[in-house]
Amino acid sequence: MNGNATTASPSLFERGMLMLREKGDLELYANVFVIGWAVIFTLWQGVGFAVTLGTVFCIWAILSVSLNLVVGYTGLLSVGHIGFFGIGAYGMAILTSDTSYELLRTESIPQFGLPFFAALPICVLAAGVAAVVVGVVFNRFRDDIYVLVSFGFAIIAFNVFLSWRALTRGAYGIPDVQRPQIGSWVADGEIEFLALCVVFLLIVVGISWFLVSSSFGRVLKAIREDEQVAQVFGYQTTYYKLAIWVISAMMAGLAGGLLGSFTTFVDPNSFILLESMLLVSIVILGGLASIRGSLLGALAFVLLEEGMRFITYLPSEFIGQVRQVVLGVMLVLLMLFRPQGLAGRYKL
Amino acid sequence: MVATDQDIANRDGSDAPASEALLDLVDISVHYGAVIGLDKVSLAVNQGELVAVMGPNGAGKSTVLKAIMGLAPVVGGTVYLRGEPLDVATHEIVKQGISFVPQGRRVFTHLTIEENLRLGCLHVGDRDEQERRLESTLDLFPILRDKRRDYASAMSGGQQQMLAIGRGLMAGPDVLLLDEPTLGLAPIIVTEVFEKISEISQVLRTTILVVEHNIQSILDIASRAYILNNGRLAHDGSPESVRETDILTDVFLGKVGDEEA
Repeated sequence: MNGNATTASPSLFERGMLMLREKGDLELYANVFVIGWAVIFTLWQGVGFAVTLGTVFCIWAILSVSLNLVVGYTGLLSVGHIGFFGIGAYGMAILTSDTSYELLRTESIPQFGLPFFAALPICVLAAGVAAVVVGVVFNRFRDDIYVLVSFGFAIIAFNVFLSWRALTRGAYGIPDVQRPQIGSWVADGEIEFLALCVVFLLIVVGISWFLVSSSFGRVLKAIREDEQVAQVFGYQTTYYKLAIWVISAMMAGLAGGLLGSFTTFVDPNSFILLESMLLVSIVILGGLASIRGSLLGALAFVLLEEGMRFITYLPSEFIGQVRQVVLGVMLVLLMLFRPQGLAGRYKL
Repeated sequence: MVATDQDIANRDGSDAPASEALLDLVDISVHYGAVIGLDKVSLAVNQGELVAVMGPNGAGKSTVLKAIMGLAPVVGGTVYLRGEPLDVATHEIVKQGISFVPQGRRVFTHLTIEENLRLGCLHVGDRDEQERRLESTLDLFPILRDKRRDYASAMSGGQQQMLAIGRGLMAGPDVLLLDEPTLGLAPIIVTEVFEKISEISQVLRTTILVVEHNIQSILDIASRAYILNNGRLAHDGSPESVRETDILTDVFLGKVGDEEA
């Protein structure tokens, strides 16, 4: 007790740093702040804005949760996830759009005319098949080299979207992507589409939670910490890494399919390397190996992205750059003071 | 590469016939690029024995265990388990009955103690058997039972070593390989670790091959000892034979050169 009495009380700065490092408090504050921010925006901008925000959030949340399975839980820092997102989006566009009347088209592309619910599983499968091919190659690498080859994949994917004009219409993009339809019911309203996205998000979160809580998830965490020891205890780690890579890519394909249908237009600019970096930033910001963190990170990102539009004194041409600067500054601060992210358990 | 009975009998000075050795390394050579880690090292471990491997830093002690586990670049020689060549991938070796406790403990610090232990036996499909092994390991290490829900990162070095050994035992091994189990531990904990190793050997009758730098303590509990120097076998025999000669002093003081070794 005497010791306590003689100990100098921490300064305001020290207390601030301590709070940043204590997971529970900061996570709570971050949740309250981000959700409060969302509520304020909704009250300010109305229900229509909230529905759009919610839909975009669901798509990015699916994407960030899926990437967290690979980056956070398994320790494979991939910056190529946007490629699978793009495969999903283009899959949806190619399979469902009707471009026959498109006057601006440069080349005709295959017409499939599939309904949304038939196309979506194909998008997911296409992303999965691509992930198997890419994953078999990626499994030969680790650490820094893994990051570099995943960079390469993101660049290749973007160039395929841009250059394979006979399939993607290149820079012109693909318009008139279908909205979900069951019989005579078409989810062309924003609320219906939001409801559908929420359902898919819940499914993805449920599957992810089940995976990471199971013995399979324990092996992934073991691989993350010490792959060689995991092998010593009988785990063929390449199979585990490939399995989670493919599952994660399929989820990203799902998110891409939803995005294509939501925006009804798909072009290569949505799948540039920068978007991939933003996605990795969301995962790190929310917290590695934390599904909750990924949801929080996605919400914060979407709020930042959508919210910037309402800063009236900011010229519109700078909004994109400012958004990136803000996200960059947040990341630098996090790496300095809280490298495990808002709700994560692992440091990058 | 295949050892004849005569070869084995010639190099093995143990009481048990060498051809019946549970684990048998014949002329193992390991090269790390231009650096020779092991040069035609042969050693045998019989059922129920506790065999120590000793030697100065860089002698190749840990490389012996890594060669068995397929973690070192073996360029010559063969490892036999129960008389059959052990030519399977690293992840298959534990299923053959060999469990490895690596140097530096290397427990999964972001998993709980129970999760660490369970990872040691997930390859055993039978859930009841997994539970039985978990209970018997927790009985052997009561400190792990008390803290089973805690993260391994919250444990002391000594407790982590107990966890690492317990995780190795969860695999239900016929042969337990221990790499420097007392490295970096306080003297009082070192005593505790040796007591546990002795208990595992005598009570559980698990065959143990241990690499150890704590010479006097390991000689107290070992059945036989091998001494390595510069990647070659310098001596093998009973603990008494090691104590009676000056081999340890010579090896550790560098008096035994490559020629003598």
